[in-house]
Amino acid sequence: MRVTAPFGRRRVTLTGAEDVGAYRVLHAADPDGPVPWPGQFYMLAAAQRWGAGYDERPFLPRAFSFLQATDGRLSFMLEDVGPGTRRLGELAAGDELWLTGPLGSGFALPNSSPPSQRAILAGGGVGIPPLAAWAAVLAASGLSVDALLGFRDAEHAEGARLLREADVQVATDDGSLGHHGLVTELLAAELDRDAAATVYACGPPAMLEAVRVLCDERAVDAQLALESGMACGFGACFGCVVAVRDGGYLRVCVDGPVLDAARLEAVPAH
Amino acid sequence: MTPAPASVRFCGLELAHPIVNGSGTFDAIAARRTFGDALLEAFPFSAFVSKTITLAPREGNPPPRLWEAPAGMINSIGLPNRGLAGYLEHDLPQLAQLPVPLITNVMGSTAEEVGRLVEALGERDEIAAIELNVSCPNVSTGLDIGADPESLAALVRAVRPLTAKPLIVKLTPNTADVAAVAVAAEAEGADAVSLINTLRAMAFEPGRRGAQARPWLGGGSGGLSGPAIRAVALAQVAAVARRVSVAIIGMGGVASGEHAWKLLGAGATLVAVGTESFRDPAAGARIASGLKSLQNAKTPSTSVKMRQAQVEVDMNSSDSG
Repeated sequence: MRVTAPFGRRRVTLTGAEDVGAYRVLHAADPDGPVPWPGQFYMLAAAQRWGAGYDERPFLPRAFSFLQATDGRLSFMLEDVGPGTRRLGELAAGDELWLTGPLGSGFALPNSSPPSQRAILAGGGVGIPPLAAWAAVLAASGLSVDALLGFRDAEHAEGARLLREADVQVATDDGSLGHHGLVTELLAAELDRDAAATVYACGPPAMLEAVRVLCDERAVDAQLALESGMACGFGACFGCVVAVRDGGYLRVCVDGPVLDAARLEAVPAH
Repeated sequence: MTPAPASVRFCGLELAHPIVNGSGTFDAIAARRTFGDALLEAFPFSAFVSKTITLAPREGNPPPRLWEAPAGMINSIGLPNRGLAGYLEHDLPQLAQLPVPLITNVMGSTAEEVGRLVEALGERDEIAAIELNVSCPNVSTGLDIGADPESLAALVRAVRPLTAKPLIVKLTPNTADVAAVAVAAEAEGADAVSLINTLRAMAFEPGRRGAQARPWLGGGSGGLSGPAIRAVALAQVAAVARRVSVAIIGMGGVASGEHAWKLLGAGATLVAVGTESFRDPAAGARIASGLKSLQNAKTPSTSVKMRQAQVEVDMNSSDSG
């Protein structure tokens, strides 16, 4: 599903920002934007002081799936991992953003025949936003929704609060909350219990690759929301490609970011 | 005060304003999927330059293809394209729907390959002009064709008779004397030159040193673009403008009307926008509008006085855009 964006970037104002565990959530008023579809994303840059940070960066805008979109308001979640997310994390209510979007193509409802009545969301870390947005649509469509979320530790696991319309199980790398181990171990157990499901996943590359392999082995439909460094977000730069099984590359920004796992050769490591 | 002309002439084309896109920096077909017909209603460029087309299809380089640099970026995309037949069948009908003239950029590793491209594209009414990407190694010397005046002259001499359409030569900055290459292009009948292409650049994988060091980009090295190269572009456009009389498309780090205005001052007829479109899809329109305001507001004599005054007050404040 793809909702077209107004042409060009627009200047929007933050209405608030708060910390959720190790993450930062930004709320922006976007009165001129359309209602996006879950899995779509936006390119964001601070309207002031975008640049001249570490290594004279950031320079390019950064891609973020939206977390929530209601009544002309958008929210995004980020973690400080570099000069771009550091600058965005400094912003507070009243500060302005350059925003382009919604971009790309989002999740699709189960298309197996007969359509599965059960959705499993598998994700972790900053992969929560598209899953949270999608959970609301799935729940409204009458599917049962289980969410399996992996985090480094209990502080990061507070991010699980952002996923509301699902039955959530948490895994942590250090065992400080929930299952001590990987989210794919939870996924394997869920699929053992009942494999008639569609899996929707978003998270770090190694986790997504493990989800892809697991679903491939068990012939379970899976849609992966990929992350990639990208310069533009609308197909101009050809920088964000991923190799596909039938040869060649797809652009994550315009052909994805949500792609059927079965199309991919592998989830790239970065 | 004389208002700026509403349009600009370039190689016999009447363009609405001097701002076009750099080849390979805007995919009008993908942009239409993203922005819908709003793209056509507010198309940001006065002519559209296609990405580079080669005879055979190319998938492009393995990822990673991008690296964010200080005030710019390095790309190693590798010219992915459908090839000549795919371009004619799939891309051209869609690009022909754009509200502006179409310039098609081509590359080949031999004069014969380039000639086949020029001949085939030259027959198409949808195409207004052809741009030659000469940042490609000469198979016998290993040097980029565009880095060597003699190789470049031989290429233009071979393909010039094959089309009546305007031929633009896209010059590489990765050469000792870009003006000498421009002179060779003009002497062999090129109608215009465009510059600068990206500067050869590298990035290494973070956290690795010494023997462990390895290039970040899948293609090994790449090309630097963005504000980081703007001053280089100004110098090279000025150097070329002193030696040739054909039209020049100037580009390199242009992000505002002020930047475009300076390239026109250095001798360009048109200005291309590239990396800034990544940051702002409608940058071309914003830059064209900013340029128009400057052209309407400033006659050359007052602008020189203003710049001198600004330099005396603050060495850098006049270049804050």
